[in-house]
Amino acid sequence: MLTTETLLRRAERLSDVSGLSLTTISRKLLNDGKGLARIKNGGRMTAKTLEAAAEKLDALEIAETPRADELLSPEAMTHLDRLEAESIHIMREVVAEVENPVMLYSIGKDSAVMLHLALKAFYPSKPPFPLLHVDTTWKFREMIKFRDNLAEKLGLELRVWTNQDGIEQGVGPFTHGSAVHTDIMKTQALKQALNHYKFDAAFGGARRDEEKSRAKERIFSFRTADHRWDPKSQRPELWNVYNTRTAVGESTRVFPLSNWTELDIWQYIARENIDIVPLYLADKRPVVERDGTLIMVDDDRMPIHPGEKVEEKMVRFRTLGCYPLTGAVESNANTLPQIIEEMLLSRSSERQGRVIDHDQSASMEKKKQEGYF
Amino acid sequence: MDGSVFQDGDDIHEYLAKHERKDMLRFLTCGSVDDGKSTLIGRLLYDAKMVFDDQLETLGSDSKKFGTQGGEIDFALLVDGLAAEREQGITIDVAYRFFSTEKRKFIVADTPGHEQYTRNMATGASTADVAIILIDARQGMLPQTRRHSFICSLLGIRHVVVAVNKMDLKDYREDVFRGIEDEYREFAKPLGFESITCIPLSALKGDNMLTQSPSTPWYDGSALLPYLETIDVSRKDDQPFRMPVQWVNRPNLDFRGFAGTVVSGEVRPGDEIVVLPSGKRTKVERIVTRDGDLDMADKNRAVTLTLADEVDASRGDIIAAAQQPPEQSAQFQAKILWMDDEEMLPGRQYILKSSNRMIPAQITDLKHRIDVNTLKELSGKTLKLNEIGECNLSLTQRLVFDPYKDNRQMGSFILIDRMTNHTVGVGMIDYALRRSKNVHWQALEVNKESRQTMLGQKSAMLWFTGLSGSGKSTVANLVEKRLHDLGRLTYVLDGDNVRHGLNRDLGFTDADRVENIRRVGEAGKMMVDAGIITLVSFISPFETERQAVRERMDENEFIEVYISTPLEVAEQRDVKGLYAKARKGEIKNFTGIDSPYEAPSNPEITVDTSEVAAEKAAELIVEYLDSKGYLGN
Repeated sequence: MLTTETLLRRAERLSDVSGLSLTTISRKLLNDGKGLARIKNGGRMTAKTLEAAAEKLDALEIAETPRADELLSPEAMTHLDRLEAESIHIMREVVAEVENPVMLYSIGKDSAVMLHLALKAFYPSKPPFPLLHVDTTWKFREMIKFRDNLAEKLGLELRVWTNQDGIEQGVGPFTHGSAVHTDIMKTQALKQALNHYKFDAAFGGARRDEEKSRAKERIFSFRTADHRWDPKSQRPELWNVYNTRTAVGESTRVFPLSNWTELDIWQYIARENIDIVPLYLADKRPVVERDGTLIMVDDDRMPIHPGEKVEEKMVRFRTLGCYPLTGAVESNANTLPQIIEEMLLSRSSERQGRVIDHDQSASMEKKKQEGYF
Repeated sequence: MDGSVFQDGDDIHEYLAKHERKDMLRFLTCGSVDDGKSTLIGRLLYDAKMVFDDQLETLGSDSKKFGTQGGEIDFALLVDGLAAEREQGITIDVAYRFFSTEKRKFIVADTPGHEQYTRNMATGASTADVAIILIDARQGMLPQTRRHSFICSLLGIRHVVVAVNKMDLKDYREDVFRGIEDEYREFAKPLGFESITCIPLSALKGDNMLTQSPSTPWYDGSALLPYLETIDVSRKDDQPFRMPVQWVNRPNLDFRGFAGTVVSGEVRPGDEIVVLPSGKRTKVERIVTRDGDLDMADKNRAVTLTLADEVDASRGDIIAAAQQPPEQSAQFQAKILWMDDEEMLPGRQYILKSSNRMIPAQITDLKHRIDVNTLKELSGKTLKLNEIGECNLSLTQRLVFDPYKDNRQMGSFILIDRMTNHTVGVGMIDYALRRSKNVHWQALEVNKESRQTMLGQKSAMLWFTGLSGSGKSTVANLVEKRLHDLGRLTYVLDGDNVRHGLNRDLGFTDADRVENIRRVGEAGKMMVDAGIITLVSFISPFETERQAVRERMDENEFIEVYISTPLEVAEQRDVKGLYAKARKGEIKNFTGIDSPYEAPSNPEITVDTSEVAAEKAAELIVEYLDSKGYLGN
């Protein structure tokens, strides 16, 4: 419990910094302009009065303490401007120092933002690197359509890579499970593509707020010749001075969106009018409930088990990937502000919709060590 | 607090508009192991309602499995993201976390406390505005408290919070808190922080985190979060305009733009600027962005400038305010924090990377190390992992810079090892050394070419490397004899004529070996400049040093001759009886026995004298020189 002396000392200090007179403060705390003066001269008060006064003092201190401008002036850079500038700086650094960079384009909202930033970074030139999409052949059909339209519209070089060994072995999420499918059709496919084209740096759209091992990763993340990440000996990364050097065969994964949060991404998409795959917006779609997750029936490769039924529901997706591994959420949000509103009100993180992260809390770190993005 | 969390019924447009105009504060938590850094951040995230339900669920199960709180929720597990960290209950690498309140957005760097991971702590500190230094109330100040405070000060952090944590375990006693506060303030006097705020805390119980705690009625300062929400970190920033050129944008012949991020000051079309190091002056024509030209670009803005005149500028150059240009020098003093397991060796060549260019550099002199506990200056020849020193550096080209204290971006650099490509050290520039302003290269009319023409030969350095007893000197001497017979001017530099004179002051430690080779390289380079075919015969066991000499020479002037005779053969010969002594331990650091030999990866010539006779080897080398045109007509 606060003592009378402390109350008095805090009130006097508040008077010093805020310019309010002690009488005014006294009136606000005790409903009595001379109350504090009386206490100073040895007056007493009940524990209850003291408690009430202390509470009011807390509030008054917060309200009256001088502070940095709460909101920025209109011409100052907002935090989105700052994030944008940081990402552009990172992309230019790669292009200036690395011989053969590529941008991993996954068609999702983060990739959309990353590509938009690349258009800005090199304007009026086009981004001086190709886009690479690792196609597992299990992506939502709408994603593929969106990808091809966009590449054509922007006139960018798009390279699509699929693991042919996996195709020949008939690997898929329904037959082999999510772990095997992800490893062969995503991780191994990515490594094949990077080796094939000899890319020595690859941009990825990962953010540090997504997951705990991402939060630990550098912006310039070094990979050995066999694409492994060693989380225990990462290169120190100070200021914005980035070490881009690698030996032959080694490479760097570069994450220009490291410091963005999910909210930043959505706000930026809204501010900049960036096109996104319509699957992010709610619509009537055929879904099946399986193990508590709503899976969309995107094509006839999806087996319907006995007892399951396909229902038309208003759903949308918080993240996009292989359709059998991506859970839908029931929602009516079909505008950007509605999506953002829904995100802010929801109490689960965005990766929850991904079947592949669930197994164990260290699963992302393990996959990353093996070469997953 | 509640205003930060969007609630049902709130207006989304209003919320977003306000959120977008929030200020951003970057801070880090540091301090010794187990002072409760991760717990403190976990608590902030939890109280700021930034922990999602599914994360909370994982946290609950992780707490039972790995938790250090007897099954209670262990907030540290929210931030310790690596498997090794959760298993060992420690933080290895810096983690970045994001949260926002009604008043501000925050980026937190949670940094490790173990001394061996200090470099990761420095990574987090380099971009922070405020440091929270935790102290366990039961332990008081520890060496890591001092080390981290010093690194924060070194990296230019101006505001620190001393969070005296775990007060609950000391019954919230004022005398405990005041004792630590007094000791810290006394210690921190020379560190030059602008403000030091001490707060008694219990991160675990939440005391003085969001509001003042009833458990510390004697404490009349601010609680932690209100402090972070209100601290003013803006600098009275009147630094002049600087923009390092990152990339030249040339989509067609009609457009030539210089892309970069403004690191200080501001720029407008029409401003007079200077391009450095060339010193060409012109005006800014346009500030180009994809969203249209700007009237003004200020600090942190990433832009593309076009200039009024066709001046030559490229990556690595600095565009600066013409009236207040930065300095340039090839030699300066800097504070260096060493970050590699392999110690820093004065004289060895590293790659210095500044904001936008890489330049070969060497540390010419370690003036002194700094004891992080007492801040006293210590003498020393090298810097080991996590040690800090004041050094003189010498670069092969001039660097445009401002002192670090004035300009973080213009005064910072990292050092990269040329072989491993590791980031081995980071530096902060204090000032240019006077002499470099006065020494200019004289362009003499009599030069290497004119001397070579006179002698009718092309000078070069034949660098013989190999184990002791491999036959280097034997072959080198035969080559010299043969060349002399052919009427060519030659000279041999070897252990016999160098170790006794020029390098009499050097021993056989790694640092001395590096310096030995550097001097021999320099002496040889002068002889090549004099037009002489120079034969250098040294064990020279380290690839980096040989590579450094090679890079100091012009193209085709360095011919590496690897005498690859195997160790068994060399040891069997043991002409000088040295191997026998080394095996008995009478000679320390003997190459091949207890000191490594790194074979050249791409020598011009390789000779194994256990397979080819020395005469034959000499003949092959002379033929090589003849075929490449070194011997004239």
